[in-house]
Order: sequence, then C-alpha cells, then structure tokens
Amino acid sequence: MTIDRKYEMARKRQDMAGKVIVFTSAILLIILVISLFYFVASKGLSTFVKDRISLKEFLLSTVWSPDRDIPAVGALPFILGSIFVSVFAIMISGPLGVSSAIFMVEISKKLGQKILQPAIEIFVGIPSVVYGWLGLSVLVPFIGKHFGGLGFSLLAGILVLTIMTLPTITSVSADAIRSLPIEIREASYALGATRWQTIRHVIIPAAKSGILTAIVLGLARAFGEALAVQMVIGNRPVIPKSFLEPMSTITSIITMDMGNTVMGSVWNDALWSLALLLLLISFTFIIIIRLVGRRGMYK
Amino acid sequence: MKKIEVKDLDLFYGDVQALKNVNLSVEANSVLALIGPSGCGKSTFIRTLNRMNDLIEGVKINGTVLLDGQDVYKEVDVIELRKRVGMVFQKPNPFPMTVYDNVAYGPRIHGIKDKKKLNEMVEKSLKAAALWDEVKDRLHKSALSLSGGQQQRLCIARTLAVEPEVILMDEPTSALDPISTMKIEELIEELKNKYTIIVVTHNMQQAGRVSDYTAFFLNGEVIECGPTDQVFYNPKDKRTEDYITGRFG
Amino acid sequence: MKSKLYDKIATIYFYVVATLLIVFLISLISYILYQGRTRLNIDFLTSPPKFMEVGGGIGPQLFNSIELLIITLIISVPIGLGAGIYMAEYAKPGLLTEIIRLSVETLSSMPSIVVGLFGLLVFVTMTGWGYSLIAGALTLTVLNLPVMTRVSEDSINSVPNSLREASYALGATKWQTIVKVVVPAAMPGIITGIILTAGRIFGEAAALLYTAGMSSPALNFSNFNPASPTSPLNLFRPAETLAVYIWKVNSEGLAPDARQIADGASAVLLLMVLIFNLLARWLGSSLYKRMTGER
Repeated sequence: MTIDRKYEMARKRQDMAGKVIVFTSAILLIILVISLFYFVASKGLSTFVKDRISLKEFLLSTVWSPDRDIPAVGALPFILGSIFVSVFAIMISGPLGVSSAIFMVEISKKLGQKILQPAIEIFVGIPSVVYGWLGLSVLVPFIGKHFGGLGFSLLAGILVLTIMTLPTITSVSADAIRSLPIEIREASYALGATRWQTIRHVIIPAAKSGILTAIVLGLARAFGEALAVQMVIGNRPVIPKSFLEPMSTITSIITMDMGNTVMGSVWNDALWSLALLLLLISFTFIIIIRLVGRRGMYK
Repeated sequence: MKKIEVKDLDLFYGDVQALKNVNLSVEANSVLALIGPSGCGKSTFIRTLNRMNDLIEGVKINGTVLLDGQDVYKEVDVIELRKRVGMVFQKPNPFPMTVYDNVAYGPRIHGIKDKKKLNEMVEKSLKAAALWDEVKDRLHKSALSLSGGQQQRLCIARTLAVEPEVILMDEPTSALDPISTMKIEELIEELKNKYTIIVVTHNMQQAGRVSDYTAFFLNGEVIECGPTDQVFYNPKDKRTEDYITGRFG
Repeated sequence: MKSKLYDKIATIYFYVVATLLIVFLISLISYILYQGRTRLNIDFLTSPPKFMEVGGGIGPQLFNSIELLIITLIISVPIGLGAGIYMAEYAKPGLLTEIIRLSVETLSSMPSIVVGLFGLLVFVTMTGWGYSLIAGALTLTVLNLPVMTRVSEDSINSVPNSLREASYALGATKWQTIVKVVVPAAMPGIITGIILTAGRIFGEAAALLYTAGMSSPALNFSNFNPASPTSPLNLFRPAETLAVYIWKVNSEGLAPDARQIADGASAVLLLMVLIFNLLARWLGSSLYKRMTGER
C-alpha cells in the first residue's frame, strides 16, 4: 500500500486532538471538585468570618434560633441528629446487608443471581422521595398508632435509612466476597470445615476490608440523604431523648430552611456552614474508604 | 492392606463423561502417582476421593469409592471424610491469615481450643512439613508473605495438622521452582511412613522418583496401573509405553 | 456433631434473611402500585395540576422530568465517556491519575443536597438564570459525571487487550483504535450504565429543589419559540420535576387530594424506574449477544 502523506498528517493530528479532548474531560472532574469546595467554603465560612460566630458555638451549642434579633446558630442538635439516625440505621442494615451478600455468593449462587441481585438493583433504583413518601404514609402513622407520639420520629428516620442503605451494603460486600479466590474456599472444605465454619473463619476475615468499605459507604449514603429523612423525622431542632421523638438532621434543616432565608443573613450563612460541614464529612468518609481499601489483601 | 478401593467409577460434568469405569486400589502407606496428559481426568479423579466435586454444580457420580471398606458417598459423612482424606492443591492457597492461624485452622474447626495443644500441633505439623526452621520466627506474620515454595509446604503442614490418613496432592509442585520441588519430593518420601499418598503429576521423572505405584490415565480411563518400576520399564499397554517414552501427548 | 448443627442453623438464618428481603421488596412495590392504581391513566399523566381543588394531574412535571433527563444526558454522557476513555486508555499511574480518581470518588459520594446548593450558587445565582431547566440539568450533570466516568472506564477496561493489539498491528493510531475498536466493543456495558444512571437522574429531587425550582409555568406545546416562557423548548424556565413534585405535595400540598396525587406520582416514578431497569437488562444482554454473534 502506498502511503498518503496528507492522510498520515491528518491522522496524527486527529490522534493528538482525541487525546486532548479526553484529557480535558478528565481534568474537568478535578475542576468541579475544587470549585465545589471553593464555593461552598466561601459561603460556609462567612458565618465565622463575617458574622463573628465562634466555631465552638456553632459545633457545640444546642440553641438554634437564627431568626431572633441576636441570632443563635448552635448546630449540635442537627449534627447529633445526623449521627444518631445514620449510625442506628447502619447497625441494622449492616448485619442484614452482609448476611444477604453471603447468601448471594456462598449459600445459593443460583437464587442469588436470579432473584436477589435483581431485587437489590431495584431497591437501589427506587428514588428517595418514594421511600420518603412511603415512610410518611405508612411508617409514620404505624409508629404513631402502636408506639405513641406523632410517629414523626428518630425511629421513622432510622427505619427509612435502614432500607435505603441495605442495597448499598449488600452489593458492595457481595463484590468483595465474590472477588476472593475459590482456592481458599476449597482449602477450607478440604480440611473438613463446614460451610458455616468456612464463612465465619475464612470468608468474612478475608473480605474484611471490603465489608468495612461497604459499611462506610452505607454510612456516607445515610449521612447525606436529605428528603426521605426530612419527610419522616418531624423537623424539630432539638436533640431527641427517645426513639419516638421528632428531631432534625443537617440535611433536613438545609432542605427546610434554605428556601425561606435571605442570602447573606446569619441564618442563611449558618445553613451554608452546615453544607460545608456535610461536604467535609463526606470527604472524610472517602478518605477512610481509601485507607481501608489499601489494607485489602487480594487486590 | 487396601486403604482405598475404587470400583466402576463414572463421573459426568453435565452431559460430558470425564471418568469412565475407573477401577483402582491403593495400598496403605504407599505413594501412588497418577500420570497422563492434561485433561485426562487425573485431577477430577482425586477430587472424587474427598468429594471436592460435590462443590461443583452439575457433577454426577456412579460407582463406589471405599475408604477402609466404607463407601465414602454413602456410609461416611463428608466432613469426616475430608478430615481423614486431606488435600494439597496445585496452586499454594494459604488463607490470608498468619502462618500460625493457617496451621491451627484445621484443629480449631475440629474443636481443639487448648492453647498449649494447638501450639504443639502447629509446631509438629510445621516440622513434619520441613518448614519449621524457616518460619519459627515469623509465625505471626501473614502467610501471604512467604515464598511460593514455603506457601506450598505451609499448605502441607495445614493438611497434616488435621491428622489425616490419606493425603491427596494435585500437581503440588507445578507452580514451584526446582529447589522447592526437590524439598517437597523429599517430604513426600518421608510422609509415606505415616500416610497413604496419592499424587497427581505431569512430570514423569517426579512420578519415577517418589512413587511406589503408578496409574496411567487417558481420556478418563485408567489404561494401566501397577508398581512404578513395572509401569515405567515394562509397560503392558502400547499407549502407556508411547506416553512414557514421550512419543505422544 | 456440634459444628454440623451450627452449619444447619446458619443456613436457615441466611435463607430467612434473603426471603424476608425479597418478600419485603415485593410487598413494597405492589403496595406502591396498588395505592397509585386509580391514577395510572392518561388523564392524570397529561393534565396540569390544580390548585386547591380535586383532580389535578402531573402532565407538566412528567414532561419536565423527561426533558431534564434528556438534556442532562446530552451534556454528561460525552464528558463522562471522554473522562472514562482517558482513565482507561491514557492515564498512567501517578499523582495526576490519583487526583482524578479521588475527584471521581469524592463527587460520587457527595450528598445530592450539597450538589444542589452548589448549583444554586453557581448555575442559578451567579449566571443570573434563576431557577431554570438548564440550571437543573447542569446540577444533575455534576451528580451524573462521576457515575458516567466510572461506568465507561469499567466497560472499556473489560475489553480484551487482544482487540487493541490486533488494531495496532494493522497500523491504526491509538485514537483510531479507541474510536473504531475499543469503544464499540465496550458499548453494551456503557449503554446499560447510561440507562441505569438515567433511572437515578429521573428520581433525583434533593439536587433540584433549589436549581430547577419548585414551580412549573403552564406549557403551550404548540409554542416553538425558545425565548417564550410558555414554550417547552425554553431552557430558562423553571421546571419542577415529578420527584420534586412528590416532595412538595407532601410538605406544602394545598390540593385536597394531595395524598392521592402523591400515591399516583410515586407509582408513576416507580414504574419509570422499573422500566429503565428492565430496559437496561434487556438491551445490555441483546447488544452483547449481537456482538458475540449469537444472533
């Protein structure tokens, strides 16, 4: 074949242009993250810089009355609210999620692939407002009727988040368990171990870092979920003293109040500070996942 | 004394027949080598002896496998069977745990909790696998940090710690360097005083060096089985002779 | 033997957990569809909502959701695919690649309400567009980009190297190899991924409250002037979506049949997501079959 110089040149240019285009797309992701941090921080820090509210008051005070003449913006009830609701949810969905992951991979591959896997994918796909609406129309009245109170409560938030984090935990830990080499299972069975002994003493320890990643991801999802939680927890800015009391979280107060406040007011600034806090917490989760992932043995 | 007797064994993967009418017996405290071209059914065969094929879906087995005269598919519990018939795999497969925990795993799952007893068993097994001197100072380091040859001897030690009667070895040296291979061959020589050993190998010299008996597999059938010297130097079947002299496969 | 007993108990436990999960999902879905059954008709799907009276529909919201989804995909798919190609084919191990990877992870775990606030600041306020379709689409792009990047990267990585080598051996450039061999081979995975993320975009609400807005001006479907506020083609009009509407009806619904509207809208939203899911499955496997020549 003869070589067409012109065509060769065009081909080289095209090769270069392609590389530049995809590189720019990738760089755009970095720019997005930086600007996200920059813009949220620039608004979120004005509570402390412009409004002269101390970090200590913001993080540790329980008084939230931003609409008074001398506004108080203690965010502790929201911070604790977010922690309570997500940690308790994970305490339920964690064991259940890991159990169903084990079922899918170790107990019945066939049922796992044909039924559980698609089910988990549908669970993930259901929008959070639908979960919120179900919580509001079914769970809240149920709790009100059978346990007392209004039903809008910490408990309702925990249960809604349990369902929402379950698929995340299941699918991530199933991936971790699936990636373990078949040989270590065979080794254990060849020594006369039962399936349960193999799961407990070999599979779970070997998949430890993957399972931990799944739990942290679930926690991150719970922490960041806004509408479904906001719809069922009653939105009172207090620290709940029992599972049946109404409460607020960081995300719920932002959802509720952002539309009612004037940009630049202390109230508005404080909401941005909460958004910044949320951003930093979710970034911390990512760092934790990276550190945990690095300790994985088969990767 | 016959330790293992296999009678009229057929094995199917779905519709494919992988073993055809296998008849074999193994003397106690001897080493039987299984040779043959790859895909001839050697590995499939030894996995029927401790029922590892149970883990694979769609496997169907006809015929009988007797261990000390008991049918392992009917009269022996599978857990019990695997305790009595240990197995070393082709690729070293230590658990991602410490050296110590790897060896102690077997005794622990079979109910031994006493710390002193465990220590003794770990030391004894590692010594028997000729690994003790190399790892005695790093018992609590991850087993994955050992070299390939050490990992394989660790897997042997792990098998010994369960105190089996029979040890199955599926090409135990195929992933190892010559020096590690030599060490494992010496080990097999020693172990046969206490155990009955069946070793699959694609390495003719290895079969000649370590075994008392040799069985030649071809396309899922046993073509010839007898004392190693006889099979190697005076084969009865033309196909065995062709394989051993390297004229095919 | 104690260990065998424990093994039995454990097996029963795992079956119980799995069964409960399935039963729960089935009852969840049937409940939502059952509650919304009376509203699953053309009238509800096409007519506009009513204020303070019974019988309003979700027409504009449903339309907005679909339009917003399409615009978001038009923006985010090319960029996400580009970034995925870069990560799979060009990126060398090193600091820059690590930073990009960290960015993808950070973005994908970002709470959507925070992304919504970022959108409010940048796409609504700074640009001066106000609550608008385009602000919503750009905000959803921020949410969707990391997912799209990851999906493309994974699909491209699973293309066997022998294909690339074959193309290079014929004298193709890297770019030609990517465009003509690698990306087409990765297409089934990429398309499945796009449809699954589409489901997520369709149901997103938190990021849209303060970007696409919580109101929907009446639309005139015969108006094709993109500058007119009633034209469906106008990218700068507020565009409340179905998911946002469900939330709004609950928190400040004034219609007397708010509950029925929310039931109906939830059922529609769920059906759409189920359709996306089935479509992804079916399309993924049929594309794969066609490519491997099974059909």
